[in-house]
Amino acid sequence: MTTALWATATALLVMAFACLWRADAGPTLQDRILAVNVVGTKTLIVLALLARIAGHDFLLDVALVYGLLNFVVTIAASRFVETGRLRSETPR
Amino acid sequence: MTVALNVASVLLLAIGVTFLAGGTVGLVRLPDLFARAHATSKCDTVGAGSILLALALQDGAGVGDVKLALLALLVVVSGPTTAHALARAAHRTGRVAWRRDDPGSVGARGSTAPRSRP
Repeated sequence: MTTALWATATALLVMAFACLWRADAGPTLQDRILAVNVVGTKTLIVLALLARIAGHDFLLDVALVYGLLNFVVTIAASRFVETGRLRSETPR
Repeated sequence: MTVALNVASVLLLAIGVTFLAGGTVGLVRLPDLFARAHATSKCDTVGAGSILLALALQDGAGVGDVKLALLALLVVVSGPTTAHALARAAHRTGRVAWRRDDPGSVGARGSTAPRSRP
């Protein structure tokens, strides 16, 4: 069973490097943001796999924080690309 | 019972890796941001969800299963949301979706130079 988990983690690492190529080559900023978001999702899954392989449950907490940060960073970056500012357009 | 759970777990791992590989191929090969976001959002959601489900099927119940469920919920909610935000940002900043009869808008490096229209 551990072998299957290791194989999955290795395959995900190889795919993450392929996504990293897109983050380098992607012609526009949104392509790079999307590629980094996909790499972050794969890292989240690898962290969950490592938590199950090594038996450390705290790695699941690390994966949760990583996923939340990935989400917030991607939303903030896409909003910044769209409007040029981080705050909302509507007056308070 | 344990054997059945292990078989289901390995099967779900294989399904997840297949979907994630499809999403990666889409991210690398497709010509446009909209197509890439389309491929990666769905494939990453399904692949990550099935891998996390496979992890939850192992080793019986525990506190880790709750965290895995939270992770799956986060992935399912955040994946399509980020893809939508990125596609909306690209659309509002004036990017036009790739069309087959318009080779000038192919997004890969080295092929962005517009060819002469017939």
